[in-house]
Amino acid sequence: MAGASEKKILKPLKNFPMEEYINSGHRACQGCAEVLAVRHVLKAIGPDMILAMATGCMEIISSPYPLTSWNVPWIHVAFENAAAVASGVESGLKALRRKGRIPDKEITVLAMGGDGGTTDIGFQALSGMMERGQKVIYVCVDNEAYMNTGIQRSSSTPFGASTTTSPAGKVHPAGQMTWKKDMTAIAAAHGIPYTATACPSFYTDLIKKVQKAKEANGPAYLHILSVCPTGWRIPPEKAIQYGQLAVDTGVFPLYEVENGVWKLSRKAKALKPVTDYFKGQGRYRHLDEKLTAFIQEKVNERWERLLKLCGVELQTEDQA
Amino acid sequence: MTKPMDHITWQEIEPGGVISEPGNASSYHTGTWRSQRPVYDVDKCIRCWRCFIMCPDAAISPDYENNRMVWNFDYCKGCGICAFECPVDAIEMQEEGE
Repeated sequence: MAGASEKKILKPLKNFPMEEYINSGHRACQGCAEVLAVRHVLKAIGPDMILAMATGCMEIISSPYPLTSWNVPWIHVAFENAAAVASGVESGLKALRRKGRIPDKEITVLAMGGDGGTTDIGFQALSGMMERGQKVIYVCVDNEAYMNTGIQRSSSTPFGASTTTSPAGKVHPAGQMTWKKDMTAIAAAHGIPYTATACPSFYTDLIKKVQKAKEANGPAYLHILSVCPTGWRIPPEKAIQYGQLAVDTGVFPLYEVENGVWKLSRKAKALKPVTDYFKGQGRYRHLDEKLTAFIQEKVNERWERLLKLCGVELQTEDQA
Repeated sequence: MTKPMDHITWQEIEPGGVISEPGNASSYHTGTWRSQRPVYDVDKCIRCWRCFIMCPDAAISPDYENNRMVWNFDYCKGCGICAFECPVDAIEMQEEGE
């Protein structure tokens, strides 16, 4: 036993900074993967940053006045203008640097919003920011509904999910009747230097993508799937596992678009059936076989389209 | 300014509601929310850091001197992610108060 324990010595982690930029003591629900995603993103960027954050879960849990969890300069703004405020901060820094009022060092400007603050309410500000080509990283932490006000549907809620404003019942047996807005493709269509999807369950991939976004010469958009145990009605300890399943079933594929070139982040192999992902999630409990088959068909279709965009040969059907 | 909200007078509030002390939320102990407590087995642990990386509350830290991980029970909410994600089951969740 002594020999075995001698081998296992705690060595400092490589490529994973130890500093915490979001302090303990925040009031996120148990097992919140959204705050985990934020923790990883901030670690990847480092101390020199200014963060503008739209209203949402992350703002509610981190800054109940007079307390704050943030160890970095942080501005809370309304739902619709996180991207606009970040644009202003970036321009302000440029002007101050030109006048010699601040030291000439790189300061990353980060805007962050939930899926409501990005895909619904903050959409025009974000689109304007990307169109003006300002050097801001926009991070969307997507938990697929308005969770902090009590699980109302957003345009990022996937088809079939039951929320309090799209409940599954006799009239609408599927719950949410529309498909998730493909925000990453919309951002990529603006022709910005860097766009990517990520998930904190694959943290090395996420950190690499954040660092790429930081080095991009212009705006960058990151869409991060963050599992919400409360809203998805899953046990808190399985938050990481469901993130992995969302990626492995093709419901939320990981890819990046760098200067117009699409690239798949995980090797294309046979997808797991979507039922693996739906099983155990309370928001999908009402789905019958017909609806599941319908969703599976759509997921396959989207996956094939993505493979084509990324220039990967279709190999799933022959080998599976 | 870490007093509770109802003890603060308006003269103490900074212009614009600015909070000048970074990270002062650590004065609020979320550990009181916990109903289950992680129990750590040093002998089984392979020092892979997965619990540290996946902890949403940043409540786990390394202790290089004693060659082990340490839980900060002031902030651990007992979500069980560390126990579930541990590849060798070195962490076990136990009911609080047992």
